[in-house]
Amino acid sequence: MKSARFDPIVLTLGFAFLYIPIIILVIYSFNASRLVTVWGGFSLQWYAAMWSNEGLMDAAWVTARVGVLSASIGTVFGTMAALALVRYSRFPGRTIFSGMIYAPLVMPEVITGLSLLLLFVAVNVDRGFWTVTIAHTTFTMCYVAIVVQSRLLTFDRSLEEAALDLGCPPVKTFFKITLPLILPAVLAGWMLAFTLSLDDLVIASFTTGPGATTLPIKIYSQVRLGVTPEINAICTILIGLVTVSVVVASIASKRAELRRIRDEHVALRGTV
Amino acid sequence: MAKSLGPVKRKFEPWNDPNAQPFIRFENITKKYGDFTAVSNLSLDIYEREFFSLLGPSGCGKTTLMRMLAGFEDPTKGRILLQGNDISGVPPYRRPTNMMFQSYALFPHMTVEKNIAFGLEQDRLSKGEIEARVQEMLKLVKLEEFAKRKPGQLSGGQRQRVALARSLAKRPKVLLLDEPLGALDRKLREETQFELMDIQHTLGLTFLIVTHDQEEAMTVSDRIAVMDKGVIVQVDTPAEIYEAPNSRYVADFIGDINIMEGTVVSPAVDQGSQAVVTLDCNGLAVAVEQECAAIPGDRVAFAIRPEKVRISPDQPADASANAAQGEVWDIGYLGDFSIFLVSLSDGRIVRAAQANVSRLVDRPITFGDMVWLTWPKDAGLVLTR
Repeated sequence: MKSARFDPIVLTLGFAFLYIPIIILVIYSFNASRLVTVWGGFSLQWYAAMWSNEGLMDAAWVTARVGVLSASIGTVFGTMAALALVRYSRFPGRTIFSGMIYAPLVMPEVITGLSLLLLFVAVNVDRGFWTVTIAHTTFTMCYVAIVVQSRLLTFDRSLEEAALDLGCPPVKTFFKITLPLILPAVLAGWMLAFTLSLDDLVIASFTTGPGATTLPIKIYSQVRLGVTPEINAICTILIGLVTVSVVVASIASKRAELRRIRDEHVALRGTV
Repeated sequence: MAKSLGPVKRKFEPWNDPNAQPFIRFENITKKYGDFTAVSNLSLDIYEREFFSLLGPSGCGKTTLMRMLAGFEDPTKGRILLQGNDISGVPPYRRPTNMMFQSYALFPHMTVEKNIAFGLEQDRLSKGEIEARVQEMLKLVKLEEFAKRKPGQLSGGQRQRVALARSLAKRPKVLLLDEPLGALDRKLREETQFELMDIQHTLGLTFLIVTHDQEEAMTVSDRIAVMDKGVIVQVDTPAEIYEAPNSRYVADFIGDINIMEGTVVSPAVDQGSQAVVTLDCNGLAVAVEQECAAIPGDRVAFAIRPEKVRISPDQPADASANAAQGEVWDIGYLGDFSIFLVSLSDGRIVRAAQANVSRLVDRPITFGDMVWLTWPKDAGLVLTR
């Protein structure tokens, strides 16, 4: 192909545009200098400083708890919503229901945050850990619903019918047949929900209160006072975490694919 | 693969016994999906130990009927009785029926063993009992060495056997089979048909099979119900369905047949021991030995199977016999049979099949030959519907 020789250049430019800012951030997290933009030699001091920065560590801990809790609740509700949408093709208000499931996807975060704030004020709830968790659940569950719904659309219903036919009541059928088979999608939904909760700034800042500062809020407020290499350090760790989970997920799916191919070979060989 | 054929089959026709109680009874069943009527005011009795087929093209309502018996659909009107008990409203997991699904619906995350044990575990049987029954089933379908495999590691034929074993494990009163052999290749399908009959006979269960494959239905069934557009057109034994179809639809659906439209010339009048109807099929006079209520002038159809039409280069000696002259238009050589397409003077094509009984024929009939087609009075049928 004639255009082939242009590809490496385009590829390099594309990757550079995407990743140079991140690489700079990672490099400067190892900077010995206090100044963010001046290289002063290699050092791990900012990682040590980060560990001893109680405010930052508290925020990380709050974020992790909010993330796990809201992702888990959101996954349960989102899966239920997906089941309702796929399995009950007609019930009164289905169109409105499906519209309302998707609404948070397109709703500006500011509006979601503000409306939740108004709600919490109206019912006179002290804002803090639980209000952030509830807020995150409301918007993460719709992402879970979408992920699980797309899996359920290709799910062979006769598997469930077979279980019912063999004497298994509906609820047990869900846990013994349906859930194990859609589990990868449910876990993917959970991961997505957790990640979304992890990096949400806008909704969290509307719905949080004293004592429940999440990491993005903390980072944002510190950056307003000036970027410190500590921030670079914690961001590098976040990037590391995300990278590792992506790599693990892709290795897992690659292995599942290999296993499937191997199974097919076994089947083709037939009666060994 | 050597196998015992089991006891010789006895004569089995409870449907002719006025004292026999039906095992399954569909009573005026109607099923509607919105404006579409899938099953229309259908009644049907099926007897214990019967191998019964629902046969029809896709969309004729046969699968809907089966799913209503399994409990996956509720009839819009009418009721279903199993051993005299109304089972409407009983959920599928409490019905004594088991189904073998068209897609097999094996649980992909469980081994063959676990798949077969699944239904037994729901009945809270003891571990030992489940183990014993699973082994028995694996033996029945000859899959003992595959017990630990997952469905993904099996070939199509093996999956089909697992599905059968799983649906039989609970010893259902009725086994429902939804196009059970559709996914298998021809040779395996034929083999499996005989195995199915064998298993049904050995276990003494009632089998209800849904299929669009008439050959399959003919081979395995005690009786066949031919369905069309939500109604049953004919219920009969395979032989009756083939030899005495009650309508153009059934005649055309089952096997190969020549159908000629015509009018009744003289009604069924006794000639010796048999009533004979004479027809005029566009200039061709046909006499048929048949009891028939049609009166002169009625539009009817004359139907005759190709293998009952004799083909010969010579004019028949008996002038009163049914005969027609034509030109060989095409020949299909099938090995065991040859099919001759003979064009009559007005262009109508009649198919005649001839068994190739000897390897070499002195005067083979070939393209363009003028031939005579003859058939006895009892070979064809008058169809009024």
